[in-house]
Amino acid sequence: MEVLVILIPASLFLGLLGLVAFVWTLRKGMYDDPDGDSQRILDSRYDDKPKPVAPEDQSR
Amino acid sequence: MSLAPARPSACPACDAAPAAEALAARVPLPGAKLLVSVPAVHCAGCIATIEQDMARMEGVNSARLNLTLKRLSVDAKAGLEAQDIIARLERLGYEAHEMDAGTISMTETDRQGRDLLMRVGVSGFAMMNIMLLSVAVWAGAEGPTRDLFHLISALIAIPTVAFAGQPFFRNAWKALRAGRMDMDGPISFAIILTLFISLYESLLSGEHAYFEAVVMLIFFLLVGRYLDFRARAVARSAAQELAALEVPRAIRLQERRESVVTVTDLSVGDVVLVRPGGRVPVDGVVIGGQSEIDRSLLTGETLPVFAAPGHNVSAGEVNLTGPLQVRVTAAGKDSSLHRMADLVANAESARMRYTTIAERAASAYAPTIPILSLAAFVVWYWISGGDLRLSMNIAVASLIITCPCALGLAVPAVVTSASGKLFRKGLLIKDGTALERLAEVDTVIFDKTGTLTMGTPAPTNLDQHQGEASRVALALAEASSHPLATALARALRDRGVEPAPVEEITEQAGYGVEGMWQGTRVRLGRAPWVGAEARNVTAAYLAIGEDTRAFTFADQLRSGAAEVVRALQEQGKSVRLISGDVPGAVRDLAARLGIPDWQAEALPQDKAQAIADLHEQGHKVLMVGDGLNDTVALSAAHVSISPASALDAARAASDMVLLGRDLSPVADAVRMSKTALQRIRENLWQSGIYNAIFVPIALFGFATPLWAAFVMSISSISVTLNALRLK
Repeated sequence: MEVLVILIPASLFLGLLGLVAFVWTLRKGMYDDPDGDSQRILDSRYDDKPKPVAPEDQSR
Repeated sequence: MSLAPARPSACPACDAAPAAEALAARVPLPGAKLLVSVPAVHCAGCIATIEQDMARMEGVNSARLNLTLKRLSVDAKAGLEAQDIIARLERLGYEAHEMDAGTISMTETDRQGRDLLMRVGVSGFAMMNIMLLSVAVWAGAEGPTRDLFHLISALIAIPTVAFAGQPFFRNAWKALRAGRMDMDGPISFAIILTLFISLYESLLSGEHAYFEAVVMLIFFLLVGRYLDFRARAVARSAAQELAALEVPRAIRLQERRESVVTVTDLSVGDVVLVRPGGRVPVDGVVIGGQSEIDRSLLTGETLPVFAAPGHNVSAGEVNLTGPLQVRVTAAGKDSSLHRMADLVANAESARMRYTTIAERAASAYAPTIPILSLAAFVVWYWISGGDLRLSMNIAVASLIITCPCALGLAVPAVVTSASGKLFRKGLLIKDGTALERLAEVDTVIFDKTGTLTMGTPAPTNLDQHQGEASRVALALAEASSHPLATALARALRDRGVEPAPVEEITEQAGYGVEGMWQGTRVRLGRAPWVGAEARNVTAAYLAIGEDTRAFTFADQLRSGAAEVVRALQEQGKSVRLISGDVPGAVRDLAARLGIPDWQAEALPQDKAQAIADLHEQGHKVLMVGDGLNDTVALSAAHVSISPASALDAARAASDMVLLGRDLSPVADAVRMSKTALQRIRENLWQSGIYNAIFVPIALFGFATPLWAAFVMSISSISVTLNALRLK
């Protein structure tokens, strides 16, 4: 049972990591347009290089 | 969760006249953000086409299309107007409507949505982590290990509940202070009590702790709340932020000086100037100028009416050809616009507040939760001969199992699924209860002008006018902004006709256009003026010297109108047509669409009366209309739909808004509302059956945390899947 000393903190840490990732995606507005995002993947405009980031998008 | 309606519903017509301050505040900012609703976008191609085109447009910094909300947001340099963007989108083949970016409610909506989503996320992650520990306990962890796992669970659960449970606690507190009992009361009670008992049990190294059940309950209920919120937010942001098309300002003439004032500042006796294309701001008498007046929004008449000194005009009418000076006879509260608003307010107060099936279920169910658990406590206390801990444990188990996890999801899941599908078809549901009300409808009443028809005339006998006549007509028609003239010019251009070289073209406001062509005088306009014999149909008359001829017009049918009427009749609804227009035009349209029941020359009150009579006979009426003259009927009807082109007041008064030009989503909506209501009923039964099975188990003291978790997840998932079956 000594292994629990490592495993429990590890599982809590991973859970916390997932939560932080979720909060980050939410803050970045990644759930604002799910339909659009599913379609944008078919768009070949930015396949070679990423879209230049507009100044107001950076602030989000 | 109760959301305040974004618009005061008591007076939709008042929405046509926002305050002067709001107008003054609408100064174009440098680098303003413009929002445009584009209802027809649906694919990756649309996104690429629109965004690329916008990037090429002068004055656009960046543009992004949100496909979920069907909304284009443009970061523009100063000077670019939403109108320019709309014109450009229409050239690309997408119809577009302006939205007001300055509305606070939108950012408020975004904030609330993210807030709820954050709580969903936090409770979801907490649930998963607690579940990891709980599985170990259920698998047979004993003694100190079990206690340790319980305590770690408590460590996760308590902050989670404190954060994620806030919406419930807040609502419950609000309801408690107002002396009401709603669903959030028992939910909050169950959450807090279960949390405390579980903590107490873990500290005393008890066998059962319900931490995962508490967090799971919060998670599923929050998902239901979020779906509910999202369905409403999408509808609200698009329907109610479509900006007012007309400005409630007037040009006052004082000692030959023009000054722009708000309508509320006008008083009886003032003289206002109404320019061509402008809306008449007040009721009054024409004292100078000649023109034609479009009364279609007020009365439903398709044909423009002649206006000259001595004629009465009413607020809401549109001046077409010449400038008019109008002496105010009634402003503010006495004007016909305000009388309409009063009628709307009356109709709204007469319409009873609709209790939804979810509210009925909740109000029946809410009191049983604490009562059952209290009964369990009392009975077990008596049976066990005073074992407080055992009876408390059983009470808590029955409390958490009876908590309506699935009930919270049963209705929002279906409504979200249905309104999402209808939104994709181009119909927006503004009111959460509208879908349920729509399912009960057995009679559908249509307005004519602007609803079944586009409200724009189209020439019908161009084939009879070939050669020179059509070329002269085109030259004259292009000089005027009269609706018949513009329709004629567009139709002739589409046929490839080139204008004849007509010189000295002048427009006689209220009569027509004249000019000289190869030495002869040519006129296009009213029958008596050009010297033609007036016909019994809508027509513009052309005179070349002594030779006269008539271009006849008919109102264009809205696309999908015929299909909608047929589909509704096939669904067994009785379809009627009530219009303010003249009997001839209404009869023609009714015959064309196969509507047996029609009524013409109906005043706004008549429309509302017809609906009241039908309600009296026990019918439920769906009203579809667009004009000011329909607002009373729209708010009196059981449920109402208006097209996006409708006047602000009409859109505000109706429960659903058609986003595109096509009318066919109306029939889909009626059909889908029936299936949706059926799914809601099934879902409520399902969650009821789960309770009927597991509540006795809890009451007899056999329930374990494993059971609670199992019942909750199974019932929540099954109602969600059932909702997704909706086609």
